[in-house]
Amino acid sequence: MSSLQGELQPSAPEKLVLRGVGKGFPTQEGTVRALDRIDLQVAEGEFVVIVGPSGCGKSTLLSLVAGLDRADEGEILADGVPVTGPGRDRMIMFQEAALFPWRDALGNVEFGLELKPGLDRRARAEVAAFFLRLVGLERFRHSWVHELSGGMKQRVALARSLAANPRVLLMDEPFAALDAMTREQLYGDLERIWSERRKTILFVTHNVREAVCLADRVLLMTPHPGRVQEGFPIDLPRPRDINSPELAARAGAITRALRTALEPATRDGMP
Amino acid sequence: MRRRVLARLVFVSALVALWQAAWTAGLWSEVLLPPPGRVALWLGRSLADGTLAGATLVTLRRLVLGYAAGLALGLPLGMLTTRFRPFHETVGLLLLGVQSLPSVCWVPLAMLWFGQTETAMLFVVLMGTVGSIALAMDQGIRSVPPIYVRAARTMGSKGLHTWLRVIVPASLPLVLSGMKQGWAFAWRSLMAAEIFVTILTGLGLGHLLHYGRELHAMDQVIGVILVIVLVGVSFDRLIFAPAERALHRRWGTGRIE
Repeated sequence: MSSLQGELQPSAPEKLVLRGVGKGFPTQEGTVRALDRIDLQVAEGEFVVIVGPSGCGKSTLLSLVAGLDRADEGEILADGVPVTGPGRDRMIMFQEAALFPWRDALGNVEFGLELKPGLDRRARAEVAAFFLRLVGLERFRHSWVHELSGGMKQRVALARSLAANPRVLLMDEPFAALDAMTREQLYGDLERIWSERRKTILFVTHNVREAVCLADRVLLMTPHPGRVQEGFPIDLPRPRDINSPELAARAGAITRALRTALEPATRDGMP
Repeated sequence: MRRRVLARLVFVSALVALWQAAWTAGLWSEVLLPPPGRVALWLGRSLADGTLAGATLVTLRRLVLGYAAGLALGLPLGMLTTRFRPFHETVGLLLLGVQSLPSVCWVPLAMLWFGQTETAMLFVVLMGTVGSIALAMDQGIRSVPPIYVRAARTMGSKGLHTWLRVIVPASLPLVLSGMKQGWAFAWRSLMAAEIFVTILTGLGLGHLLHYGRELHAMDQVIGVILVIVLVGVSFDRLIFAPAERALHRRWGTGRIE
């Protein structure tokens, strides 16, 4: 069925498609609609950033696309195939690096490779070393996790995700816990890796400037219930400087739009 | 390193000097407190005639067998109680009960069930160990941050692989301290069993202690106690301490400053 649809489709299918996706969580006050009728398309090689306040369902949305949780309604397609569980074609990065303390940096990057058939020990170490070099940490291959700074940990986590060679990277506020200087370095690295390795990235954040700095397209997300509202294409030339006035102007416009979008929700919340 | 050894040497010498001084002062009867020299003499003699080495070997054999059985039973039980809820609510409760029971309480039961046999010894050690090891495994697994499992799942890990490569290693710091506690319990259980149960298949350190009391041979009693302390400390230093150091190095823990 899906192959027939594929044949009849006029253009190449989107990398990620979400149609009418909904998800609720049971709480003491009844079910909370974390996500409500989400429709979203991400094209191959596109860098999409979803911006929204805390608790708007951004992380839930990424977990669903990663296949770590199941949607209550709607469907999620990756390369036209429904997502039924985690897959190495879609790697997720969290706000915490979630590195394994019992392995050194190289061992952490190797973890995902160990599940790939047809790679012997030497090849694994070589691939892992390559990705550590890509994030600039080859010197720290034998460091333990606690010996790395917050930014270095996220670099190792990025290398670990990239080593599985996914086509889609899902990033759940990966830089939120880092200081501004480290963050700016990582923006540059991520932009470089994204364009060199032709990844498709779906990134969520509550930081509007970060969104404008990284995205081809910024989407707004509002809570109660979680909905994706409006899209802002960002056509600024790359590499971008997060401190440039053009970028600040775009971020300002998006912040205003976000505030307007949040107003009815805030009013509804008042007694 | 040399300063540490020196400090310990001075400390132990001071203790022995204090002991010698107490004996010289004649505060207690010689039957109750022999001088250090006499205990050393007993230790030397028993070492020479092989009594001490023989008893230590018999005791260690029981200890290692009982502890190994405790691990073989306790670790899987702890995994099962985390994996299956009904199992946790039933067997988990039983394990808690077993752990809270002082292991010396198993001695009368073991004697009636198994008689004066090695099996009785093994049983007491096993019952003293299994609860604390199973509970440590259970607790270790429950304290594994869920994000480790989520991260592993996105990389394609599932089922047994997640258990062996993520959950078990992540639980190691707590499991190791549980194993250490289990070891201490095994050691205590065995000494209780040896002191209370006379068996013909081998004289252990506990038996030497027991006969020392019967003969009012205080030099023997204190000598055996010293050997028991030495064995306990050696195991901690030779087996558990290196494992703990390895974990501390990885997790970045263990330093207080």
